[in-house]
Amino acid sequence: MSSIKMRANSKEGVTTIKALISHPMETGTRKDKKTGNKIPAHFIQEVVCEHKGNTVLTANWGGAISKNPYLSFRFSGAAAGDTVKLSWVDNKGEKDSAEATVK
Amino acid sequence: MTSMKRRLFIKGSLATGALGVAVSTGLIPRTTLAAWSKDAFGAKDVNGALTGLFGMTDHTASDKIKIKAPDIAENGAVVPVSVTTDIAGAKTISIITEKNQQPLTASFDLGPGTEGYVSTRIKMGKTSKVIAVVKADGKLHSASKEVKVTIGGCGG
Repeated sequence: MSSIKMRANSKEGVTTIKALISHPMETGTRKDKKTGNKIPAHFIQEVVCEHKGNTVLTANWGGAISKNPYLSFRFSGAAAGDTVKLSWVDNKGEKDSAEATVK
Repeated sequence: MTSMKRRLFIKGSLATGALGVAVSTGLIPRTTLAAWSKDAFGAKDVNGALTGLFGMTDHTASDKIKIKAPDIAENGAVVPVSVTTDIAGAKTISIITEKNQQPLTASFDLGPGTEGYVSTRIKMGKTSKVIAVVKADGKLHSASKEVKVTIGGCGG
């Protein structure tokens, strides 16, 4: 199952993207309460949203984005039925992507 | 009749010409986008983050940037923050949490058709100013908002 839940809604030429990603977003500074050891950093560094081969938004994130990140933004130029692709890469090189149809 | 056709032809070619330009300019940011900056995200203070991101620290306060965030966040682990700007030609929106160990929280590069608006949720270790920095025309503009945190979100 994809780690990304995404909606793309278009109104009067402006498309609003809303996305939720399942990810632990560990900062690397948090300590395990039982062992006292630091929990290694594990967070998404880059999120890219594309529409028709053009990059609409690139988000560079640090560990201070909340667990299971939420992202919303707006862009113009997409029509209903178009496909919008969202992909992410984390600091361990793990990645995922999903597509949504503009409504 | 023939002149009519010629008109149409010229109109058509102009339109595709404009489209061609739009497509090519749309593609440019893809190759010139800065990769994730370790210096910027690893920086321990606001100026370090700005230097890592933009290579400069001078920023002027702007009333064209609006930060929407709670005055008091009960849970610092999840603080909803939205930044809206109507500065023309805004290229990037960055969110910096002043008192976090690593203040730079997020930086968004906007495409040509993307509006000056981003919304996300951030973690805050303690009460701090949240600073939004917008880069437009090679200059940095900023706005800030104080968010009181009753329970920190960075654990420890």
